Amino acid sequence: MKLLLLLSFLLPIGVLAADTEYLLIIKDHRFQPAELTVPAGKKIKLIVANRDATPEEFESHALNREKVVPGKATVTIFIGPLSPGRYPFVGEFNEKTAQGTIIAQ
Amino acid sequence: MFGTAVIVFREVLEAALLIGIISAATRAVPGRNRWLTAGILAGLAGSGLVAAFTGTIAEMASGIGQEIFNALVLGIAVLMLAWHNIWMSSHGAALAEDARNVGSAIRDGRRECSILFVVVGLAVLREGSETVLFLYGVSASDGSGSSAMLLGGIIGIGAGISVGYAIYAGLLRIPMRWLFAATGTLVLLLAAGMASQAARFLIQADLLPSLAAPLWDTSTALPENSVLGRLLHGLIGYDPRPAGMQIVFYMFVLVSIALSMKMANRPQRNTS
Repeated sequence: MKLLLLLSFLLPIGVLAADTEYLLIIKDHRFQPAELTVPAGKKIKLIVANRDATPEEFESHALNREKVVPGKATVTIFIGPLSPGRYPFVGEFNEKTAQGTIIAQ
Repeated sequence: MFGTAVIVFREVLEAALLIGIISAATRAVPGRNRWLTAGILAGLAGSGLVAAFTGTIAEMASGIGQEIFNALVLGIAVLMLAWHNIWMSSHGAALAEDARNVGSAIRDGRRECSILFVVVGLAVLREGSETVLFLYGVSASDGSGSSAMLLGGIIGIGAGISVGYAIYAGLLRIPMRWLFAATGTLVLLLAAGMASQAARFLIQADLLPSLAAPLWDTSTALPENSVLGRLLHGLIGYDPRPAGMQIVFYMFVLVSIALSMKMANRPQRNTS
């Protein structure tokens, strides 16, 4: 109960924050673009659109993010603010081909 | 095939660890096995459902439905584990002294069993739905070797269950009077770890501020995808790059459950 109260208290802060949008497409078990450059120090709204029929899981240990992207679906993942650097990510369900990097600068 | 086995093993491991610990913790509760089995079956059925509706869930709330769903499932599991631990601190001693025949113990035991049912069901539901999705993707993608990959899936599930059983068997070797202290501590850490994961999902959905991300970085010393990293993630919620908010949730749940356990334990000690 306390947890819920705490949550509802903190909700508006996140909603008010401005963010920058970037699009990432999954096609034939590959990410397009494979390298995505984003500004450092800013919150990023990553739109991941899966054009394949099969589900994929966006996973990045460097970004501490993990999310299933169902087949033919589009989802939103918020990342950052990031310090400058390279942040690799993979599609866990097709790790051999689905690889990419987010470059914050 | 090997790659599939590894992925499925990772998904199954977390649920298997929880079930192993919870089974040992409720060892002396009457009717435990029936509820445990029912929980696993309900969780599996739920996994199928969640996997089938995953597209709908993912696109709900403008693309953050999955995070909200996961955070909710984790939140309920944390509350149930907290309840379990508090209940055990006041009844564990009686159970250890074999109070099976006492009517009130059985009645209370039934309530405990419904908690057991929910916790196990939710654990299987969360990890199971991702496994179902992955295996569905594997079998749906045309090309050769999909049966070999399904075999890999079965190996992965088997390996996960084995680790869960190993921790269960290991805990049962602990003498009864220390068993509840041991499982109580493990469940406490499980709950705190789950709270931290729930926070991570809410940050990912931008519903919570991260408060310094990451707060620290131990990914070179102990990577999350190493065997030890995975085990610690499942057991104590290890996260090599936690956000500040995750630590706030972790500590909040850890301290409030620990304090409630202390309070639940106290009156009984005085009367006995």
